[in-house]
Amino acid sequence: MVTDSTPTRIFRHACLLIGCLIIIFPVYVAFVASSLPLADIFARPMQLAPGGEVFNNYYQALFVGGRGLGGARAIGALVMLRNSLIMSVGIVVSKIAVSLLSTFAIVFFKFPGRSFFFWLIFITLMLPVEVRIVPTYRLVSDLGMINSYPGLILPLAVSATATFLFKQYFMTMPDQLIEAAKIDGAGPMRFFRSILLPMSRTPMATLVVIQFVYGWNQYLWPLLATTDRAYYTLMIGLSRMLVVADHQADWHVVMAIAILAMIPTIILVLAMQKQFVRGLTEVDK
Amino acid sequence: MISGKSVVFREKKLPYLLLTPEVVLVLIFFIWPASQALVQSLYREDAWGITRNFVGLDNFRRVLADPRYVESIWTSIAFAIAVAGATMLIALFFAALANNIRKATAYQTVIIAPYAVAPLVAGVMWFFLFSPAVGILSYGLRSMGMMWNHTIVPGQAFFLVVLAASWQRIAYNFLFYLAGMQIIPDSLVESATIDGATPVQRFWKITFPLLSPTTFFLLIMNFIYTFFETFPVIHQLTEGGPANATATMVYRIYREGFRQLNFGSSAAQSVILMAFVIFFVVLQFRYVERRVVY
Repeated sequence: MVTDSTPTRIFRHACLLIGCLIIIFPVYVAFVASSLPLADIFARPMQLAPGGEVFNNYYQALFVGGRGLGGARAIGALVMLRNSLIMSVGIVVSKIAVSLLSTFAIVFFKFPGRSFFFWLIFITLMLPVEVRIVPTYRLVSDLGMINSYPGLILPLAVSATATFLFKQYFMTMPDQLIEAAKIDGAGPMRFFRSILLPMSRTPMATLVVIQFVYGWNQYLWPLLATTDRAYYTLMIGLSRMLVVADHQADWHVVMAIAILAMIPTIILVLAMQKQFVRGLTEVDK
Repeated sequence: MISGKSVVFREKKLPYLLLTPEVVLVLIFFIWPASQALVQSLYREDAWGITRNFVGLDNFRRVLADPRYVESIWTSIAFAIAVAGATMLIALFFAALANNIRKATAYQTVIIAPYAVAPLVAGVMWFFLFSPAVGILSYGLRSMGMMWNHTIVPGQAFFLVVLAASWQRIAYNFLFYLAGMQIIPDSLVESATIDGATPVQRFWKITFPLLSPTTFFLLIMNFIYTFFETFPVIHQLTEGGPANATATMVYRIYREGFRQLNFGSSAAQSVILMAFVIFFVVLQFRYVERRVVY
């Protein structure tokens, strides 16, 4: 590492500090708004010091809901939190499970059609949900899966990225592992359970972070796949609350839900920063 | 041929069994809808799905003859260029600053956090800051004499979606630039320093050229991101308006397919969008060297 002169070092820190403050600014303002009584949010300009309504606002957000969520039958963010959690955990588990099995087959077996199946999985990379949105909606609707958890999860439950990551990881494992397993008389599924699965913890941790964030933050698909409030995810609940004109929205509740909606993913990404960074920059996508 | 292990298991049926769950999901939820879009794009159907006539490429002809659709292609491209340009410049600057700092972890933590924030939440927060009715930034701009109303002024709406999308996207670019910089050997930079190069000279003469594979990779990834993953931001901030200034291709598909129930046209648009993804993915895999060794 080349040592900087003192002015250069100060310049570096000053710029980064200012940059970080700008990045934090919208989140900070959202938090302040979530701590104020609604009337204070409409004061021009809104104050930039947190207020004393944190408990009330978050209580209302979690258990009562607000305007735009359907009057007396409004749902609180607790229901939405649960739905978001079910959806993203479902996506993570499904993606990891099916990719692990199929990549195991593709890497550790030789069989007719191996390349074909790999390309079939590869093709999903070119079919993000945005591209197949209308026919997918019709299909899920024909299957009667609108307003259901399988309907929310299944169209997003496959990942070429996971297959690539596992494949890359499996290819670096020494052949002796299989040979040893064979000599010991272990069948493929025994090998899968006792050797491959425990050794795949690293790519799995990476996928958990990246795919959880992906699932949690989904918007377009749940927007179409849920019409019943009981299935709203946090993102859908938030956007429904803002369908009203912006000077009428329950901003104190909206902002409390916005903060609640970002806490799980931020904690996950920061707690597993190393796996996250490695997964993002090292996957041969 | 796809690479596999040289030592393999010999079971004949097991691999197919292992592939079944993924293949079933792919066929039902990916291949089937995509082929439906392909077929549908050749038919015209009324909004209730009762009659259906084969019209050949007529849906494509109509879509591409619609100036509003062509405009949405240009909007998507302009949007992608703006987001890619802004985020790459800022991320490069941050990464160059952070690269030579021993304890950059705290900065890195803050810079990557927005990646975890949902695009919709980002849209909600920036909407709140710039809302003509309650936003403190729109208030600030107004007190400085600038009228801010992105619901009326197309340029302001475009700026706002670029801002919200970029805020999120800096994280991704920053991580790649920083990773790219960290594999540049110290010896290169040190020898330049001994030759009397300033930090700025070192950056432009050594670091930046060596990062060009990363830059190219990020350019493609940012285009894919802006084309396909910014729907929530647009839906929340501008709903494609005003005057379609922020109606990207994905936004139009949503509007035509679900609000106007024009299935033939929206299927044709899906197919065109598929062509764009295929183009990007081919670029990404054919021309991008991810592991660069110096």
